[in-house]
Amino acid sequence: MLFGQRLRALAGWIATLAVAAAFVVALAAFFELLSHPGEERTQILRGYEWFTSGDLRVAFDLRWDPLSALMALVVTGVSSLIHLYSIGYMEHDERRETFFSWLNLFVASMLVLVLAQNFLVMFLGWEGVGLCSYLLVGFWFNRRLLVVNPLGRLVEGEPDDTREVWAPPAAKKAFLANRIGDVGFLLAMFLIFATTGSLDFDVVFGEAGALAAGTATAIALLLFLACTGKSAQFPLYVWLPDAMAGPTPVSALIHAATMVTAGVFLVARTHTIFEASGTAQTVVLLVGAGTALLAALIAIGQDDIKKILAYSTVSQLGYMFIGVALGPIGYAAGMLHLVTHAFFKAQLFLGAGSVMHGNDDDTDIKHFGGLRSAMPITFWTTMAAWAAIVGVPFTSGFYSKDQVLAAAFEHGGIGLLAWAIGVFTAGLTAFYMSRYVFLTFFGERRWPEGRHPHESPPVMTVPLIVLAVLALVAGFALTTFTGEGGRFQAFLEPVLGAPEEHESLAAAAGLSAAATGLAAVGAIVAWLLYVRPFDWLALRRRWAGAWRPLAEKLYVDQVYEFFTVNLGGALAAFLARNVDQRGIDGAVNGVAELVGSSARSGRRLQSGLVRSYALGVLGGAVLIVAFLVFRP
Amino acid sequence: MTSSEQAELIVFIILAPLAVVTALGMVLTRNAVYSALLLVVNFFCLAGFYVLLEAQFVAAVQVIVYAGAIMVLFLFVLMLLGIGNEVVVKEQMRGQRPAAVLLALGLLVAIVGALAAGVFDAEPASLAAANEGGNVEAIGRILFTRYTFAFETAGILLVVAAVGALVLGKRQP
Amino acid sequence: MRVGPGAYLLLSAILFAIGVAGVLIRRNAIVVFMCIELMLNAVNLSFITFAKTNGSLDGQVLAFFVMVVAAAEVVVGLGILVAIFRKRSSTSVDDVNLLKG
Repeated sequence: MLFGQRLRALAGWIATLAVAAAFVVALAAFFELLSHPGEERTQILRGYEWFTSGDLRVAFDLRWDPLSALMALVVTGVSSLIHLYSIGYMEHDERRETFFSWLNLFVASMLVLVLAQNFLVMFLGWEGVGLCSYLLVGFWFNRRLLVVNPLGRLVEGEPDDTREVWAPPAAKKAFLANRIGDVGFLLAMFLIFATTGSLDFDVVFGEAGALAAGTATAIALLLFLACTGKSAQFPLYVWLPDAMAGPTPVSALIHAATMVTAGVFLVARTHTIFEASGTAQTVVLLVGAGTALLAALIAIGQDDIKKILAYSTVSQLGYMFIGVALGPIGYAAGMLHLVTHAFFKAQLFLGAGSVMHGNDDDTDIKHFGGLRSAMPITFWTTMAAWAAIVGVPFTSGFYSKDQVLAAAFEHGGIGLLAWAIGVFTAGLTAFYMSRYVFLTFFGERRWPEGRHPHESPPVMTVPLIVLAVLALVAGFALTTFTGEGGRFQAFLEPVLGAPEEHESLAAAAGLSAAATGLAAVGAIVAWLLYVRPFDWLALRRRWAGAWRPLAEKLYVDQVYEFFTVNLGGALAAFLARNVDQRGIDGAVNGVAELVGSSARSGRRLQSGLVRSYALGVLGGAVLIVAFLVFRP
Repeated sequence: MTSSEQAELIVFIILAPLAVVTALGMVLTRNAVYSALLLVVNFFCLAGFYVLLEAQFVAAVQVIVYAGAIMVLFLFVLMLLGIGNEVVVKEQMRGQRPAAVLLALGLLVAIVGALAAGVFDAEPASLAAANEGGNVEAIGRILFTRYTFAFETAGILLVVAAVGALVLGKRQP
Repeated sequence: MRVGPGAYLLLSAILFAIGVAGVLIRRNAIVVFMCIELMLNAVNLSFITFAKTNGSLDGQVLAFFVMVVAAAEVVVGLGILVAIFRKRSSTSVDDVNLLKG
């Protein structure tokens, strides 16, 4: 915006440097934090007073402790890489400076969210990222975007693509779903203030133990409602797949690595409230596990590569919630999965963006195949992320996912159910992710005539490589060398509390084998179906009855649409007709009509005829005389 | 009962029904001229009543002024305007007639109720003392002493009426 | 049986009522006027009766004045009636309804 056109080309670099600088600062602050002993790693910065109202005093207080440091590092680090990538991806877009300014606004809001010391400042960041999500998803508001037809080639003659979408409805859907969650956040804040008298984290968490169980449950569930909106869990997850209408870097940053993790962070931050309510923890656990399974099933039926990854994100977020719902044994696992997921999911999205970039922005997996020779860097980096997400031993995803599942198993009770669902879903995850990579990079070539898939420029491939490396080593690096959960867990203990005694390592290894084994099964099935010459389209057609619900996202969107659009529209029409037209307008018009008709009746008294007037006079006279004479 | 009272009774019994009948006839008859004539007869009956009530002067004035001048004036106007029978017999205003009759009866009842408070038992005083020197002289005495102002004002009123009639009667050029 | 003042007053009331009914029922303006005269005379009768009852002549003087005023009123009233009904062909009271509405 400054210096006009000449700077436009530099907009991306300026933005990237800003975020990279933030990362450097965060890193420095992180090392500073490490220089303190474990128990003293909390610093609170009392900021400028925002407002005071009655007993409530809210200021822009910030908090720097292990949890917020971890989130800040992840956010700024991944964001730097994605900014760099965007320079190449958005090279030809005429509004790219707006894009970068919004992207930076997003990072700023996210940092406010994770660094907050009280609920209201956190809410400020919460809303800020919601706004930026809306802006960025709707970035291409004036472009027609083609979307893969989920029923393409399922029936003879069904076309591959062209269910046209426009970005604005998707952006609105994202914002509205988030808004519903935000109501939960607001109500929770009201309740917190009403019962504890403050919104400051230290005060509230200190009192959390003293809350009545019902109150704690209410607060926790309301906060979790906000999480289902922001972190795309059932029932508010439906906006995330539609949000793929935004540019791919947006999907990578906001909808994979950072914004959607805000919900998990919220649960971790307010864990004392959740610990005060076993009911809330159970709810979070079940919703997380259920969503993981649901999303994995839907992902199997998608042909749009971004949609596959979107549902995968929803599913992996479910795992994170399983982790943080388990109490102290699961917090570190859930957060670890958050970190590793940020790496490999960002990589997968950026990789998908790279594939699209080299294929005329096509997202239909049916048009790919055999791309590994045309885009080698993209291929290898995506395979690294694939390994992480399916849980190939010693990759980062392996560590984090297995820790979550182990924690669930050890928790017992309802945790066992979550464990079982998690293991089964791991198998499904392996299947659909393998399907994704196999159909895209392996097998026969299915591109349309005239297309020349090519690799992306270095400004895009460098972030891919960095993320791929992180996806492979981060798990190992963060967890080994110290005790049970490793130094990652120990690092977070001051904030999240220490778990009770663990089972032995052998049992954990056994569990790990179960999950990994199932994952391997899934991958092999996908290999058989999609890599070897096999007419999987014919198979799909044969089983069309089973395939269709998966492709149609298990009809959840349709149900929502029925309730909100149809019923809501009917209700609105009913109210408009009966309450507004007949009721209110009727009352107003009725008053006017009443005045008019009474005037008309009164008018008939004025007949102009002398005799009727005389009659009136006589009548009155008789009455008066009678009254005077016959007065009781 | 004295003979005068007897005579009074007889005259009353003759004149009262006549007065009522002529009044009714005046109201009910279609022909306007008949109405006027019936009213004249009614006035004569009233004059008779006045005599019975020892108001001889007023009786004379009633005949001379009312029956002799006012009713003649009525008849003049009737002739002048050429009134025939009322053309439209059917009452156009619904409920007017029943309401009128009803209300008139109601008024009658109310007035009678008022009268019933005690007037029917009143003892009629004799006006002999008041009529000292004859009724005319007595009225003159009061009229020019106690009611002088009213008398003069009545005179003015008559002048005004006369002037008014002149103005109203003037044909516009 | 004597003729007491009550009888005259009753007669006066009857005549008055008849006059009132006549005012409301008749449509010919002049007949309406005549009914008014009837009412005035009924009142005169009651004045004279009360004069006899009270033993003074005030009632008779009042009746006299009523007659004077009635005469003046008739003069002016009939003048008005003539002035109005000269223009129109009918004397119906129902036709003067310009105050309608």
